[in-house]
Amino acid sequence: MSSLEFTLLVGTGSLFAGFLGSLTGLGGGVVIVPLLALLFHIDIRYAIGAALVSVIATSSGAASAYVREGYSNIRVGMFLEIATTCGALAGAALALHLRVSVISVIFGVVLIYSAITSLLQKTDASQDLGPDKIASWLRMDSTYPTKNGLTKYHVRNVPAGFGIMFIAGILSGLLGIGSGAVKVLAMDQAMKLPFKVSTTTSNFMIGVTAAASAGIYLTRGYIDPEIAMPVMLGVLAGSLVGARVLAGAAVRTLRIVFSVVVGFLALEMIYKGFSGKI
Amino acid sequence: MTSTAANRSSQDMDPGRVHSIDQRIDQIMSIILRTGVLLAAFLVLTGGIVSLLRHNTTVINDRTFHGEARQLRTIPGIVHQALAFHGPGLIQLGLLVLIATPVARVLFSVFGFLYEKDWTYVVVTLIVLAILSYSLFGSH
Repeated sequence: MSSLEFTLLVGTGSLFAGFLGSLTGLGGGVVIVPLLALLFHIDIRYAIGAALVSVIATSSGAASAYVREGYSNIRVGMFLEIATTCGALAGAALALHLRVSVISVIFGVVLIYSAITSLLQKTDASQDLGPDKIASWLRMDSTYPTKNGLTKYHVRNVPAGFGIMFIAGILSGLLGIGSGAVKVLAMDQAMKLPFKVSTTTSNFMIGVTAAASAGIYLTRGYIDPEIAMPVMLGVLAGSLVGARVLAGAAVRTLRIVFSVVVGFLALEMIYKGFSGKI
Repeated sequence: MTSTAANRSSQDMDPGRVHSIDQRIDQIMSIILRTGVLLAAFLVLTGGIVSLLRHNTTVINDRTFHGEARQLRTIPGIVHQALAFHGPGLIQLGLLVLIATPVARVLFSVFGFLYEKDWTYVVVTLIVLAILSYSLFGSH
């Protein structure tokens, strides 16, 4: 395969990955790694390096729009970024030492979890449980725009959220994904943030988390320019297009199809990991 | 910061004024993110075109991991390669700009919280900034 053929093929694949990833909310990174590793037989560490870079591009692009809408809670985001960036450093360090087959299996398991949560996504749930000592001290309680105007909410359970975020950071640094599913688990389930606030705040944090591990990947030589170039440009372009497509019934069907595809990719990663073929 | 996050610590200030400052901070943050991503994409695209024009026939085989050459993984090395207009160097410089974009956003947040005199979050943001700097400069 010549460089040009490789660039065009990987670029096209990344374009679709970015498009579907942004449309379904799973993110482009989750398909990029299996695509590069299973289809193009690229070493998984290079695949993860390229995916990390594309995650930063899409999240920074999207965050520039979200910040203005007043949904994301910057205090919650910034405080939890201590946990995710520490986790990301640990995850990147783990990636340097773990065997490729082990990374592949972990990737598959996380991928299945992400696909399932994407399918079970609910639109809103958590009821307000009143103020919490730590959250009040950290001035995390805030408001967000709803149909009935600005609505107040209280943040709960900061230590649990912080702990889960550390794990989300590890997964992001180890696997090159945004790990949005785990982030939403921390903010939605543990900290009881309204759904819209937790998803936008999570998006806001993903770029910073990925930057923490990408620095290590770059300086350790895990980011290859020839692979990262088509991946970054393709995913970025695809996600920009995906963000402009309005959500509707077709998107719901697409999410189910995409989740099934992601599930198959995940099983393949687990199988390849256990059989040592990766 | 955003209107939702900022209004608590700035309640004592004139609301109209706070609102416009918030909007300005949001705008600048948005501009930083967009400029960073666009500049990075431009550098990566330029580097890609230069690479392909120069070595179109190279056969890619990355099945085995070998790690990048030294000049493509240190900041001075990358800048040097990019200034010499080497394709891979330009791509890596673009990726470096991309990685620096969220870091710039965090740096800007420090000033935002300083302006609001929110010392707790000045410290929180500085910790995040220190971790990010360690990843880029301190880990080799």
